[in-house]
Amino acid sequence: MDTAVIEVQNLTKRYGDVEALRGVSFSVSEGEVFGLLGPNGAGKTSTVEILEGLRTPDSGRASVCGLDPQRSGAEFKYIIGAALQSTALPDKMRVREALDLFGSFYPRRRGTAELLKRFGLEEKRNAFYSQLSGGQKQRLALAMALVNDPRVVFLDEPTAGLDPQVRREIYDIIEELKKEKKTILLTTHYIEEAERLCDRVAIVDHGKVIALGTPRELKGRSGAVTRITVRMARPEANGALGKLEGVSECRAEADDYLLYSTRVPRTIVALVKHLEEQNNELVSLEIAAPSLEDIFLELTGRRLRD
Amino acid sequence: MRLAMRNRAFLFFSMIMPLVFLFIYAGILGRGNPEALPYLLADVLALTVMGSFWGLSVQLVTFREQGILRRFRVAPIGASAMLASSIISNYVLTIPTVLIEFYLSRKLFHMSGMGNLIAVATLLTLGIVTFATLGLVIASVTNTMQETQIINQILWFGFLFLSGATIPFPSLPRAIQRVAYFLPATYLVSGLQQSMSVVDPVKISELGLDLASMIGCTIIAFVVAAQLFRWEPEAKTPRRAKLWAAGAIIPFILLGIWENKYEHVRARAMSDYQTIERTSPPDPAMPSR
Repeated sequence: MDTAVIEVQNLTKRYGDVEALRGVSFSVSEGEVFGLLGPNGAGKTSTVEILEGLRTPDSGRASVCGLDPQRSGAEFKYIIGAALQSTALPDKMRVREALDLFGSFYPRRRGTAELLKRFGLEEKRNAFYSQLSGGQKQRLALAMALVNDPRVVFLDEPTAGLDPQVRREIYDIIEELKKEKKTILLTTHYIEEAERLCDRVAIVDHGKVIALGTPRELKGRSGAVTRITVRMARPEANGALGKLEGVSECRAEADDYLLYSTRVPRTIVALVKHLEEQNNELVSLEIAAPSLEDIFLELTGRRLRD
Repeated sequence: MRLAMRNRAFLFFSMIMPLVFLFIYAGILGRGNPEALPYLLADVLALTVMGSFWGLSVQLVTFREQGILRRFRVAPIGASAMLASSIISNYVLTIPTVLIEFYLSRKLFHMSGMGNLIAVATLLTLGIVTFATLGLVIASVTNTMQETQIINQILWFGFLFLSGATIPFPSLPRAIQRVAYFLPATYLVSGLQQSMSVVDPVKISELGLDLASMIGCTIIAFVVAAQLFRWEPEAKTPRRAKLWAAGAIIPFILLGIWENKYEHVRARAMSDYQTIERTSPPDPAMPSR
């Protein structure tokens, strides 16, 4: 195994009465894209900000490339790049100026022109920060995170609040960084993002890592439960559906029934038989291999977007 | 390390306001009295310089409240560098205003002499830096923009009316003069007035104490501001910190006590004032060209 670039052990952090982190541990290898997935308030940002050196943990250990983010000075800042959850700049700062200014802090830097081109900001080079759209601001934040050509990049909710089109643009950028073998720690509450971008994902909830692995592993671990979404002409008490062959769990959600099955073919046959007996009709049927969303639901009993 | 942190709005305010004062002063009060002009220009310059504290305190608090400082925190740049760069950029931005004020005084109002230019330049430089640093201290002990503005208003009021910049020092009541001895602004104003005087410009060596107090104040204020520097919008100052901030004015408390005893500033201001009174045109109705 390659060496761990980011190591986090048993981090705890409390803000007044709120326990934001209750013992978070994980490690990230060189060149890996690691995702922290969880709902708002799960502790993702606290974890990332401890690793960036912006916050001090109450207990536990965090290290990046063997350095302590809280105690190390410039040498630590030279190797990291960060896009904060909300990057703010003076309204009257121009795009080009921001990149030049932040670039000037580092001994090793990427050219402003190159970054502008890469992040599609060439036309906006002389625009004030306040004139940029949300997507452009986010692209600038990413460009700024890369001015020093860092080894480790922290991206805290890089696509939050952006429309799908812009989000996909950001994905492309992150995938390119992945090709450059940068180590990336990314937080998100979008399943799609974690599945598409991350080599490994830690699902975080209430300040704890509740599951960790590659997206594939995580899906496999849920006992290979496949979700069957059924809509019937006439709703019925879900007790009966839950007793069908292979069904481990049944939930009612709006007009749909979600059946979690370990033996899909048998369940389908049993379902059709059951509907015939009841003289009921099938309106729609959907079979989905487990997604991270399901894993999350299974682990926490809640949906991510709750 | 230098950050070119431009803010055009601040530039506008720091430029326009003193210029308005310049016109009011020179155009109305100093009409046809070129002897009094340097004295009035000194007041305007002092106001320009003192504006630094307002500008920098508001700028720093804005940057903190908007979370702009957080982004800088991730970059390899320390609190002292941030503060120093804002002082330097403020200096660079204030100098053009000062030059324009000089230029206008000469061209429009036909100011004749310049007084002791070296003393003026030294006072201006130290003054801008001192007041800028004081502004940073204010920013470092206030938690919200509202608090900053209130403290600024109070200080600005004191600087404006007690220092001799608007109301001539000799015409202030004795008790207020005694209070004014503790204000850094008083020394800036009186120093500038005396070194710009055409009749009898003061030598720089005579301003030694005033200058030393400014330097002392700047150093203490800078250290305090760097110590209390907060990057996070939600970080609050401990109450104890406000006492620290008070430490920055120790040099001026000492100087104030000394002045209360010997009253050099008052004596000098008195004599200057009398010079100007003497040379005033006898009949204001007479056109003076």
